[in-house]
Formats: sequence, structure tokens, C-alpha cells
Amino acid sequence: MSYLSDVRALARKDLLLELRARDTLPAMLLFVVAVFVVFHFSLPEGSSDVAASGLLWVAIVFTALLALGRAFVPEREQRVLDALVLSPADRSAIWLAKSIATFAFLAAAEVVALPLFALFFHGLSGQAIAGVALADVGICAVGTFVGATAVATRARELLLPLLFLPLAIPLIIGGVGASVVADPGRYLGFLALYDLLFGLLCWAAFEYVVVE
Amino acid sequence: MSTAEKYVTAAYCVVFGLVLLYVVIIALKMQRLERDVEALEEKRPSDG
Amino acid sequence: MARKHRIPLPALAVASLVLVTLALVLVFFVAPNDADQGFSQRIFYFHVSIAFTSYLCFGAGAWKALRHLWKRDPAADLESYVAVHQGVIFGSLVLLTGSIWAKISWGHWWLWSENQLVLFLVLFLFYAAYFMLRFSVDPGPQRANLSAVYALFGVVLVPVSFMAIRLAQHFIHPVVFTRHGAAFGGWILATYLVAQFAVILLAYTLYRVELAGKLLDLRIRALRLA
Repeated sequence: MSYLSDVRALARKDLLLELRARDTLPAMLLFVVAVFVVFHFSLPEGSSDVAASGLLWVAIVFTALLALGRAFVPEREQRVLDALVLSPADRSAIWLAKSIATFAFLAAAEVVALPLFALFFHGLSGQAIAGVALADVGICAVGTFVGATAVATRARELLLPLLFLPLAIPLIIGGVGASVVADPGRYLGFLALYDLLFGLLCWAAFEYVVVE
Repeated sequence: MSTAEKYVTAAYCVVFGLVLLYVVIIALKMQRLERDVEALEEKRPSDG
Repeated sequence: MARKHRIPLPALAVASLVLVTLALVLVFFVAPNDADQGFSQRIFYFHVSIAFTSYLCFGAGAWKALRHLWKRDPAADLESYVAVHQGVIFGSLVLLTGSIWAKISWGHWWLWSENQLVLFLVLFLFYAAYFMLRFSVDPGPQRANLSAVYALFGVVLVPVSFMAIRLAQHFIHPVVFTRHGAAFGGWILATYLVAQFAVILLAYTLYRVELAGKLLDLRIRALRLA
């Protein structure tokens, strides 16, 4: 189906760009490590493991923001977005491809960050990792959408966290819940529901963000 | 009702009363302004 | 770009005045005292009415947004904006009245255990960003589109956030302040209904006033340029 090949082509473009430029991913990794060190000094003596789990989610969200801020920069600077919109590809394919690429970056960063977290603080259970995976989907779907919106404004990078964070709050709640609670089923189910609802909404509405 | 409660009640009533009076005044002013602007719009095309 | 409304504005304003006065009389003089909380529970008649009205405003804003995106209704963008604005105003009042109630009932100005308060805090953040978004784009079709899409996101966020906050209470607050729901009977129900309808009418009046003001402003500007 031509839609999927469009998505694949666009996602490949973003991944290749990053592979050649190698600026976003290293920055994310360094950022995550720095944030963990800051956490260590922010958590007073005797803080529970649960507190550290919570802070992990802060790290994930802000690392994702780092990647999202950069996500549409090439499109904007080289007017690629206009060209993409003019092409016969379905506009939502742009969003889907960009989300997939961002997910790849975030997952790559987490492959390093999560073991590091286990080293610095405490091990992560399977349910926590499932929570991270599900939440990542939501973060990338909604974050990409909101990133495209922010790029269309004058304030740009300033607006991205403001638009993103209220939408990310349910994801953080779901993720933290999945990490700390004994029976995580409800939280993982909630994360899946969020991904489905907002994924559909982003997919349907992206057209209006890039077109006049 | 105790004295404190009476004051709270009175405060609520006074604040709401003033706000609503203000809304009525604004509504009347808005209606007058709309009529004025309509009159102006009708005049304009004839000026060319 | 204006829609011809059937009910004239001054009539709405006077009706609001009458109905809110009636609601105040009922709330403070007629409704019986709550068994547990006494007098402070009375603020709930307005707190709940204002909260529901706020949701209605956000819903109306989303509906107008949908009409803009789907039917290309020329008046819908401004109407959506004004509806969201009213929603934020009433939402702020929810936070204010809720905070006052929390102080009177529990001694704290803020309670993370109150789901309604936390939800409105999240919504306030979301819709405040709506205005930042809108004022960061020059007037035109793109601003209308972006605002409309964002308003639709908001309306989906309401139930999702509510679910999330309920889930969060399990690991944040093992001790939940329980509040007795008023036994809905007789005067309590009647008072609540009057208060609710009064606040909805007030919100609609304010919406019409602001809309009229903005449209007038646009027409005067057009006249000046002509």
C-alpha cells in the first residue's frame, strides 16, 4: 500500500539524517545521564525507591522534549514541510513517520538510560519497562503532533513544553503507576487506551495543522 | 446563622449583585453600539 | 461573519440577574444545613454548578471547533475562542471556590486528594496554553485551524485526565478525605438545579457579551480601514 511506503520513506529520511548528523541522540544520552546525577543530589537521604521511580518519568519526559524540539527543525528551515504537503502523500503519513522516527530515538536513548538508572538507583521490573514502552508511544504520537503545531507559530520552541506537558500528565501518571503499584494491569490498560485515543485523534487531525 | 455566616452571605450577595448589574449595563451599551455601527455601515458605501 | 442570535442581550442579562439572585436566596436562606459540614457546604452549590458550566463551555468550544474544521462555518472560530475563554474563566472560579471550601473544611488552601481540583488545574494549564498558541499565530485560517484542533484535543483530555487522576490517587494518597454527598432531596435538589441553571445562563450571557464586543471591534476596524 502506497501509504505505508510513504511512511517508511519519510521515517527512513529522518533516521538517515540523524545517523549522518549524530547530534540529537548523543545530546539526549548526555542529558539523561546529567539528569540522573541531578536526581541523586535532589533526593534527600532516606528517600524511598518509589521517589526515584517517579523521577525516572520526569527524566523520560524531558529527554523526549529535547528530541521533539528538534524534530521539525529541518522541515522548517529548509521549507521541506511545504514540499511534503504539496506531495500526493497523505498528510497524516508525515505525522506517523515523524512519530516512528522519534520513537526510535527515544527507545535508543532508553536502551542506555534504563540500565543506567538500574545502576544508579534500583532495578526496574518488567511492568515498569512495559509502562515505559506504552508511554513512549503516547509521548511520541502526541509530542510529534504538538511539535508540528508549535513550529507553525512565532513562539516555536517556547510553546512546545507548554502544549506538551498537560497532555503528558496522564502518561506520567500511568507510567509511574505501572512502575510502583503491585498490580499494574489498570495502569498499563490506561496507557494503552491513551495511546489509542490520542493516536487516532492525532492521525485524523494532523491534516489541519500543516494545511492552511 | 451566626454573625460570621451572615457576613459571608452578605459578601456573596453584594459581589454577585454588583457583577450582574455590570453585565446588564454592558449588555445595554453593547446593543446601543451595535445600532450605531450598523448606521455607520449603511452610511459608508454612499460616501464611496 | 456574525450569527444572528434570537435572544437579545439585555434580556439575557436581566434574566441572569433575576435567576442568580433567586439562586443566592435559595442557597443561603432556604436550603437546609448540611449535617456534617454545616454552613461551608453551601459553597458547593456554586462550586459544582460552576464546574459543570466550565465543562459545558469547553464542550461548546470543541463543538464550534468541529463546525469550523468540518463545515467551514465562518463564525465558528471566534465563537469557539470565546467559549473556551468563558470555560477558562469559570474554571479559574472552580479553583478559587474549591480552594476556599478546602480551607474552610480541611484547613488547607490546596488538597491534592480532591480529584475535581486537580483535574481543573490540569485543564487550566492546557487551556492557558490554548491562548498562548492563539496569540503566537497571526490571524488567519491557520490560526483558526490550530485553535480548533487544540480545542478538540482538550475535550478528549477531560475524561482521560479524570481517569488518570483517579488512578493516581491510589499511589499518591492512601488516605482520602471522604466527603459525604448531600442526600439529594427536596430543597437541596431544587436549590442545586436553580443554582446550576443560573450559572449556565450567566455563562451564556457573558459569552454573548464578549462575542458581541469582539465582533463590534472587528466591524469598527473594518470601517476604519474602508
